[in-house]
Amino acid sequence: MNKNLVLHALHEVKDPEIDAISIVDLGMVEAIRGDDSKLVVELLPTFMGCPALDIIRKNVEEKLDRLKVFNHIEVRFINDPPWTSDRVSDLGREQLKSFGIAPPPKKINETGGWEVGCPYCDSLYTTMENLFGPTACRSILYCKSCKNPFEAMKPLSTMM
Amino acid sequence: MKKNDQSQMDSMERKVLIELLYQLADDDFILAYRGSEWLGLAPHIEEDVAFSSINQDMMGHAAMFYQLLEDLGEGHVDILAHGRSSKDRKNAVLLELVNGPGHYLEKPKFDWAFTVVRHYFYTQFKKIRMESLKNSSYQPLADVAVKVNMEIYYHLLHWKTWFMQLIDANDEARNRMETAVQQVFDEFADVLSYGPNGREIAEAGFIDKEEIITQMWKHQLLTVFESVNLSIPIKIKTKSGKGREGFHTDDLAVALSILSEVYHIDPAANW
Repeated sequence: MNKNLVLHALHEVKDPEIDAISIVDLGMVEAIRGDDSKLVVELLPTFMGCPALDIIRKNVEEKLDRLKVFNHIEVRFINDPPWTSDRVSDLGREQLKSFGIAPPPKKINETGGWEVGCPYCDSLYTTMENLFGPTACRSILYCKSCKNPFEAMKPLSTMM
Repeated sequence: MKKNDQSQMDSMERKVLIELLYQLADDDFILAYRGSEWLGLAPHIEEDVAFSSINQDMMGHAAMFYQLLEDLGEGHVDILAHGRSSKDRKNAVLLELVNGPGHYLEKPKFDWAFTVVRHYFYTQFKKIRMESLKNSSYQPLADVAVKVNMEIYYHLLHWKTWFMQLIDANDEARNRMETAVQQVFDEFADVLSYGPNGREIAEAGFIDKEEIITQMWKHQLLTVFESVNLSIPIKIKTKSGKGREGFHTDDLAVALSILSEVYHIDPAANW
């Protein structure tokens, strides 16, 4: 099986709600297994109630089907290991910023607080407007430097 | 010993695992529904956004627990969520009670104090329950618990903030919150209960003993109560029914008929 071919196709599947980033750079792809007769792709859900999951599954199936290499394709979501926000790649972090979304904070301090830089001007002079945003994985913030509202991806870690 | 599927269990273990999963699934399912009835009615727009997100997460958790039931041969998730009647539900009665008088479409006079207290106490309980389930002898359940536990970190933060602010506010807020605390305590024994086979559920290693979870929950809340000078008679009761045994209020039957209305128009429809 040509794994690179599969990976390349998966890079073309974007998050339906943030189309600047692929599911690979979001860290959702856990395993690519099987052979030309049967391909298994295992994905990790970001948040469990995310309504985009079924769309992602469908888009992955379509993209892989179009390669016309595999007789049977199975795409499934698994829970082990859990998706955590540190799985977002460095490229993914840049892509999120280009979309106006601050990447998930890498560090959380002892009191549970986190620092988020503005995706537009990089200032750390920002405030949290709402921990919960338009989708389960995002929060709403405001930059006091460049006066822009913006969103940030919530940190999610097994330490929580 | 860790169990990865039902072939590693005897029939009693399988039976009580299924019972526990129904409690987990039905609890989150009905409270997510009650939460969603607040859409457009929450105290302010930011709360509307936050609460919707929390409801969506909780419905996702319910879906995962129903999926575990489907994997054990209990039937399709959609049927488990929509097709079961009130007497087949295993959720705690506290979680099915209406948000207040009126209907979300007509003259809703929902009680925010009750909602805050119910969600805060339940989420605190759920956090402890998930921490315990992370060590469940049924590995697929332990995996789901790890995931749920990460997400409810934010829910707990949210409800605790509301609770602390309202209970420390002026006389009216304080009074209404104290009434709500009493109201929730009057029903909470049902939430803490594992039902008639509670002992077997814990003995199979699916979750820690009921008494341990109850103790930890009380301890968490009492610490918070002390910090806000709240002394409530800590008598935890089951006033309106025993959900784990299928004894529910009419509130549940009404809720089920509303939430499954579309499903029942055409149960075979593809979503």
